[in-house]
Amino acid sequence: MYGWTGTVLRVNLTEGTVRKEPLRTDDAEQYIGGRGLGSKYFMDEVDPKIDALGPENKLIYATGPLTGTMGVSTGRHDIIAKGPLNDTLAASNSGGYFGPEIKYAGYDMIIFEGKANSPVYVYVNNGSVEIRDAAHLWGKNVPDTTDLLLAETDPDAKVSCIGPAGENLVLFAAIINDKHRAAGRTGIGAVMGSKNLKGLVVRGTGGVKIADKAGFIKAIQVGRAKIKENPVTSAGLPTLGTNVLVNVINEVGGLPVRNWQEAYDPDADKLSGETQAKENLIHSKGCAGCVIGCGRVEQAHGKFASSGEGPEYESTWAFGSDCGISDVNAVLKANFLCNELGLDTISMGSTIACAMELYERGIIDHSTTLVDLRFGNADAMVEMVEATAYRKAFGNDLAEGSYRLAERYGHPEFSMTVKKQEMPAYDPRAIQGIGLEYATSNRGGCHVRGYTISPEVLGLPMKMDPATVEGKPNILKIFQDLTAALSASGTCLFTSFAIGGDDISAELTAATGVTYTTDDFMKIGERIYNLERLFIMKAGYTKVDDTLPSRLLNDPIPAGPSKGTVSHLGEMMPVYYAERGWDEDGVPTPEKLEELGISTYAL
Amino acid sequence: MENGRKLLMITPEKCISCGTCELACSLAHEGEFRPSKSRITVYRFEMGVTIPMTCFQCDSPACVAACKTGALVKDTESGIVNINSERCIGCRMCEMACPFGNIAYNAVTKTPMKCDLCGGDPECVKYCPTHAIEYVPADAAATRKKYDFSAKMAAAIGEGNR
Repeated sequence: MYGWTGTVLRVNLTEGTVRKEPLRTDDAEQYIGGRGLGSKYFMDEVDPKIDALGPENKLIYATGPLTGTMGVSTGRHDIIAKGPLNDTLAASNSGGYFGPEIKYAGYDMIIFEGKANSPVYVYVNNGSVEIRDAAHLWGKNVPDTTDLLLAETDPDAKVSCIGPAGENLVLFAAIINDKHRAAGRTGIGAVMGSKNLKGLVVRGTGGVKIADKAGFIKAIQVGRAKIKENPVTSAGLPTLGTNVLVNVINEVGGLPVRNWQEAYDPDADKLSGETQAKENLIHSKGCAGCVIGCGRVEQAHGKFASSGEGPEYESTWAFGSDCGISDVNAVLKANFLCNELGLDTISMGSTIACAMELYERGIIDHSTTLVDLRFGNADAMVEMVEATAYRKAFGNDLAEGSYRLAERYGHPEFSMTVKKQEMPAYDPRAIQGIGLEYATSNRGGCHVRGYTISPEVLGLPMKMDPATVEGKPNILKIFQDLTAALSASGTCLFTSFAIGGDDISAELTAATGVTYTTDDFMKIGERIYNLERLFIMKAGYTKVDDTLPSRLLNDPIPAGPSKGTVSHLGEMMPVYYAERGWDEDGVPTPEKLEELGISTYAL
Repeated sequence: MENGRKLLMITPEKCISCGTCELACSLAHEGEFRPSKSRITVYRFEMGVTIPMTCFQCDSPACVAACKTGALVKDTESGIVNINSERCIGCRMCEMACPFGNIAYNAVTKTPMKCDLCGGDPECVKYCPTHAIEYVPADAAATRKKYDFSAKMAAAIGEGNR
C-alpha cells in the first residue's frame, strides 16, 4: 500500500498474545487514519458505557497515511481510548518522533486490549513484538523510564510511556513520548496505567511508500510556500512558540486570571513568549518533518532551576495567570514536572487554580491542603504538582480533577470545566466563538477541536470580531470538521493557520493513490465528528452538557479590554445544531447520518 | 578549481531536529521515506542540540585509501567520493576506516551507503526548513563562519565594555 502500511498490530495484555491484521482498507479510505480511523475501530469494538479504567477499555496508537512522510508537518500520532476524566472518546494528539517510528516498524495502528497481570512494557522491533516485564520501571518518572528502556532495547528506538501519575490513575495523567511530548488530555495516561502497561518502545527501519512522487513533491511545495508566507507559521510560532499568544490574548482581554475570576493579567508580560525567549529559551525544536518548529527547549532559573521542553501557551497560562502567578521560573518548573511525572498541564494548573479559589473563599482550609494554597503562592503550586502525581495528602483530591474536587467540597460552580474537563486559556466572554467550541467539543473543555482563535483573534483565514456571535457556529463547524480530518491524516493542527483542506487532500491523494477532493476531505472530518458525538451521547452525555460554567454565562468580566461582557452561548447553540444537521436535542438526524454513511451507529 | 568547489555546510545552531533531511535523502535514494536508509542522519541530544551527520567528502578520504578494489573513488573535479557498486566486494573496510562513521553498509544491496551530494544538487539542502544545511562555495562558507564568530566576539566585547 501507499501512505498506509496496511498492517494493524493487536496486543492483548490479558492473554499475552500478539496478532497482526490487515488494515481494513475501506475504513481507512473513509476515515483516513489517526483520530478518524482509530475512533472508527474503537466505536466498533468498545461499548461506550464501559468503565474507562476497566480492562474492557482499549488503547489505540494511530498514525495517519502522511505520518512519517515529508508532508507539511506530518509527524503526528493520536492515542484513542475512553478517557477516565470525563468518559468521552478521547483522541489525544502528540508530536515528537514516535508516530513516524510506528510507520517505519510497519504498522498503521497498535491496539492494546485487556490488562496485564503485572507491570509490562511492549517492545516492537519491526516485525518482532515482545511483551516484557516492567517491574523494575514501575514508579519511575518519564525521563528515567525512557533512558532505561532505550538502554535495554535499542538506542535508536522511540519511547512512549507513563510516569507515576499514570500508574497512580490520576484522572488527567498523560502519555509522554520522546520524553517531552504529551498525548495529554482526558486522562489516557491512567488508561495505560490501569492496563499495567508502563510503556511502548518502537524501532522501525522500514519506510513509507507513496503513490505519486512527483504529485506529492508538488503538493508539499505549495503547502510549504504557504507556511513560509504566513506570519504565524513563519515568524510568530518559530520565534516565540505558542507563548506568542500570552500578550496577544491578554490584549484582547481574554486571558483568564485566578480561576477565571478576571480576564486581564497586568503581569502577563512577565510570562510572555517575548520574556521566555529572552530569559529561558535555549533552542527551538520541531517534531518529525516539521517546517514550523514551534517547540521550545527552555530552562528555569533560581530556586526553580530546571530544564526541559515547553511550556506551551496553555501550560504557561494554567500555572501562571490562572493561579495568579507571575514567576515564569515557577511556571516552567511546574511544566517540566508534568512532563516528568506524566500529567496534563492544562487540567493540572486549572485544578490547582480551582483549589486556590476554594481555599481563598474558606471552603477548604490549611487542615485539608497542608499548604497555604492562596493565589500567587508559587511554592505551593509547584508542590501540588508532585503531590498530585503521587496522590500524596491533598494531592489525592487534586488527582481527581477540578470537577470532582469542587463537587466534593460542595461548590461545583468553581470548577471551570465543560463535560468535566478543564477549559484552557481563552475566555469565551471575550472571544465568543471559542465558548461554543468548549461547549460542543467531543472531549469536553478543549481548544484544539475547533480553534476559532485563528479567525477571532489572529485574523486567519479572515478576521472575525471576537466580541460578536455572528457567523461563529458556521466557522466553528468548518474548523471542527477540518481539524478532525487533518488529525486523521497525521498533520499538525498548526499548519491550518496557513494551509487548508485543499492542500492536505492534495498531499493525501498523492501519498495514498486514493483520490480525495477538498469536499471528500471535509466530509470525512464531519463523519469523524459525528461518530465521536454519537459515542459520547451513548456514553451518557446530552444537550444539557453542551454548556459552559455559570461564571462565563452570568458574571461579566470585571476589568480590562473586555470589561462587562459575558458569553452569549445560548444564542449560538441552536444555530450550531442546525448547521450540524442535529435536532434540537443535539442528536444527529437520521438524514445526516445517512449522508455520512454512519446510520448503523444511530442512538 | 579550489575556489569553485562547493561544500555541504551544516550549522547545528539552526537545526530544529525535524529530520526532514533524512526524509528528502531517503526519498531520492531509496524511493521511499525511510530515515534508516538515509545518507544523512540527525542525532538528537538533550537540550535541543541536534547534529546532522553525513559524509564530508574528505580531500584525503580514509575510505578510498582503505578500499582495495577501487570501488570508492574521489572525483577530483566535483570533490565527491563516489561508489562504483560493481567493484564493491562488501568487505566493509570503508565503514571501518571512516573516522566519523559517515559510511553505512546496506546489507540488502550489499553496498556501502554514503552521501553523493545528489550529483551536485543535494535534496537535503532543498528541503531543510531552517537552512541549517547549505551547499555553498567552500571559501565563502569559511569566510561567513569567520564573520559570524567575529560578530559574536564583538557582541561579547561590547557587553564587557558597558
